[in-house]
Amino acid sequence: MKLSVNGTVHDLDIEPEMPLLWVLRDELDIKGPKFGCGIAACGACTVHVDGEPVRSCTLPIGDVEGEVTTIEAIGSADSLHAVQQAWIEEQVPQCGYCQSGQIMSAVALLREIPNPSDEDIDSALSGNLCRCGTYPAIRAAIRRAATKNIGA
Amino acid sequence: MSEQQHKPKKSRLGKIARRTFLIGTGAIAGGLAVGYYSYQRGFDNPLLSDLDRGESTFNPFVKIATDNTITIIVPRAEMGQGVTTTLAALVAEELDVALDAVTVEHGPASSAYLNQAMLIDAAPVPAFDDSFTAGGYRGAMEILSKFLAIQATGGSSSTVDAFEKMRFAGCAAREVLKQAAAEKFDVSPAALATNNGRVEDTASGRSATYGELAARAATMSPPANMQLRTRSQWKLLGKSQPRTDIRQKVTGAPIFGIDVDLPDMVYATVKMNPHLGGRVNSIDASQAADMKGVIKVVPIESQTGNGFAVIADNSWRAFQAAEAVTVDWGPAPYPAETAQITGQLRETLETGDRFSLREAGDPDTAFSNSAPDQVLEAEYEVPFLAHATMEPMNATARFKDGKLDIWSPNQSPTIIRSVCASVANLDPDQVHVHTTFLGGGFGRRSEVDFSIYAVKLAMETGGRPVKVTWTREEDITHDTYRPAALARYQALLNDQGMPTALRATVASPSIIPSLIGRTYPSLPAGGPDKTLIEGAYDQPYAIDNYRIDAAKAEIAVPVGFWRSVGNSFNAFMQESFLDEIAASTGKDPLALRLELSKSWPVATRVLEKVAQMAHWGETLPNGRAQGIAFTLSFGTWVAQIVQVREMDGSIKIEKVWCVADPGEVLDPAIFKAQIVSGIIFGLSSAIGQEITFSEGKVEQSNFHDFDAMRIDQCPAIEVEILENSPHMGGAGEPGTPPSIPALANAIFALNAKRIRQLPLSREVEFA
Repeated sequence: MKLSVNGTVHDLDIEPEMPLLWVLRDELDIKGPKFGCGIAACGACTVHVDGEPVRSCTLPIGDVEGEVTTIEAIGSADSLHAVQQAWIEEQVPQCGYCQSGQIMSAVALLREIPNPSDEDIDSALSGNLCRCGTYPAIRAAIRRAATKNIGA
Repeated sequence: MSEQQHKPKKSRLGKIARRTFLIGTGAIAGGLAVGYYSYQRGFDNPLLSDLDRGESTFNPFVKIATDNTITIIVPRAEMGQGVTTTLAALVAEELDVALDAVTVEHGPASSAYLNQAMLIDAAPVPAFDDSFTAGGYRGAMEILSKFLAIQATGGSSSTVDAFEKMRFAGCAAREVLKQAAAEKFDVSPAALATNNGRVEDTASGRSATYGELAARAATMSPPANMQLRTRSQWKLLGKSQPRTDIRQKVTGAPIFGIDVDLPDMVYATVKMNPHLGGRVNSIDASQAADMKGVIKVVPIESQTGNGFAVIADNSWRAFQAAEAVTVDWGPAPYPAETAQITGQLRETLETGDRFSLREAGDPDTAFSNSAPDQVLEAEYEVPFLAHATMEPMNATARFKDGKLDIWSPNQSPTIIRSVCASVANLDPDQVHVHTTFLGGGFGRRSEVDFSIYAVKLAMETGGRPVKVTWTREEDITHDTYRPAALARYQALLNDQGMPTALRATVASPSIIPSLIGRTYPSLPAGGPDKTLIEGAYDQPYAIDNYRIDAAKAEIAVPVGFWRSVGNSFNAFMQESFLDEIAASTGKDPLALRLELSKSWPVATRVLEKVAQMAHWGETLPNGRAQGIAFTLSFGTWVAQIVQVREMDGSIKIEKVWCVADPGEVLDPAIFKAQIVSGIIFGLSSAIGQEITFSEGKVEQSNFHDFDAMRIDQCPAIEVEILENSPHMGGAGEPGTPPSIPALANAIFALNAKRIRQLPLSREVEFA
């Protein structure tokens, strides 16, 4: 079975029902996507498949069709993604565990809606749980990143 | 109110001290405490035994390498509260280095990193009480804290505990670096200045980096009379700093316990008896043993639970195989149904033994002299709650060549070391605890269960490291829960609507014996447990006749520290009752609180300020209402106003205003973020969380039935800081307690519905 992650194609001998999350974490040592619930209820495992946000904890690897992008590949060491940069400027993370998923959802939102309303933000991010309560900072960071979108 | 009226009963001091020292004595036997010897002579620097090439250490908090790498040890768990920034800044401030120029590490488990402030705050006296007697209690706890020498993160105590000692650590390193430079340049240390990681001789223009001086400086003794810098000299402290952990946390770096990856590692999961504390009658693992990737199925018997683990070559394969194991679970040691547990709480409330920690006047006589129809009475009830940290419980362990390494996202490294040493039958010196970042703690990670299971499995893998990851279902159903509680409040009011007498009884399982039973099962754990009534008995309200009784319910459901502990429910109960007192005579709830707390200007100022921010008392548009509450917890005085809005039959939490006074704030942005976090944590519980039992098992299992507030439910939150309190208070927990009653009081103001049972979603729907 072939799986393309962050631009690298992997040839894997893995049962097709294994969720993408565990292939990424335990087989490919890509630890950015986090395990939170296993039932697509918290969003900590969010990655992109062909740019669309998906919950990798319930997506069997046999059903993955397309390029998988994780938080490790949305920016580079020299140049973070605008959303990551906004996250730093607003000092969003507390414990940080959910933030990979939050950022991946925010990146997908801004790709679809470059200047989202508060309702757009709430609706796109409501699947991403944060127990530290960083939501007000997340809203501010998304608005900040959107402002740069429009400016660019 | 006279001091006489609020003095704790004198006879208790001796009694409590005896009991706590009894724990201390037992703990010394169990290897927990370092005992009298260390108490007298201080603690060794644990960094000395594990220095890298070129590194020198100055004290337990500072290492400097010849390449000028400056490492600050922050020996508290980073679980979001910003300790790796604020505590590092304490050292950096005195050491004259920039925060982005230092490396921050947690460091090893060591008694040198004991947390004294946490135990001092556990003294059974209100934070507002500065009397001689209260000081005696705190002094006794301070001595005890040094005997036990527990390194732990909790009780909102990290900054309070570190405030002096970590600044002294930076100061001491700076002074010896200056001495080494003085020797090198042949000048007096007084002629030298430090700046940005260098010692400079301004007269001659010569300078040296700390790295160049470190090896020599580390052999020198700091001067006896070190002076810490004053607030006006601070460059970092008192100002918001960029978090030192931020870049890792926006790039998905593998910093959490669950991300640990070691050569030759295997993966495991546990499934423990869902009848918590029950035994295992039989296990049939024949089907699981043949499944793909499965290495071994291992039965587990332990002080924290009984069950089994599956070891495999992949976490998910371990999860799958664990589902295929058939087990006959023994029964739970507590009533099987929530209704029966509530029944036991009620029986305890009516007939159980009581204790109290503060009495004013003579409330019992006041009530017995009153006609029943003069008494205002209400009952409040709260459920068990899970912590539900985002990162499920996990730990990794390796037992190889007589050395046990444990990688654990934990809040109590020295306890884990001593407990795991005894589990593995090793000397504590053979056990090394590596504390990772925590994907949330909230008190759950002060427990030892997840580390014990990893250690037990490491004994079964022939030296291979094993990472044990719990499923979310295992995490929710095997928590150490915030206790359920049931209370009855009574008040007598005068003609002005002010309470002249208030008494209450709170029935709840006691956390301390439950925790000790899991951690050091052989230790005695009796005596009063102030967590049953904290947040009620210790509030700055003057009522002539006042007492809160605690009645410990003997219910064996495991209970533990949950963000703000007893304050999380006592604030809801007492602050709701104060609102009922106000409502019964049409008095303004703010005016009532201002009157009750008028002897404590720190309290009245936070109340006045929050009222001003929220425009309290002004007419709101139709369908909107505000509720107010106040709690002094963990040394921080907090007033909050919640505004709700009726939307198509459901309730939207629109806005929260909060004023917090912790005396002194070292990082305003991080402090405010913690208060916001605490508010959302409290509101999350109020709008829908509860843990219930059926057939001896927890009925909830994942975020679909134990959810928390989502971004679309999150109100706008405005926080202001005041610094009038004479003592430094905490940040992580004090935001939580008043959020719950402020919401309940807002709902009453909206629709006259008084909800006395949590979660509030039992009676109203939230948008």
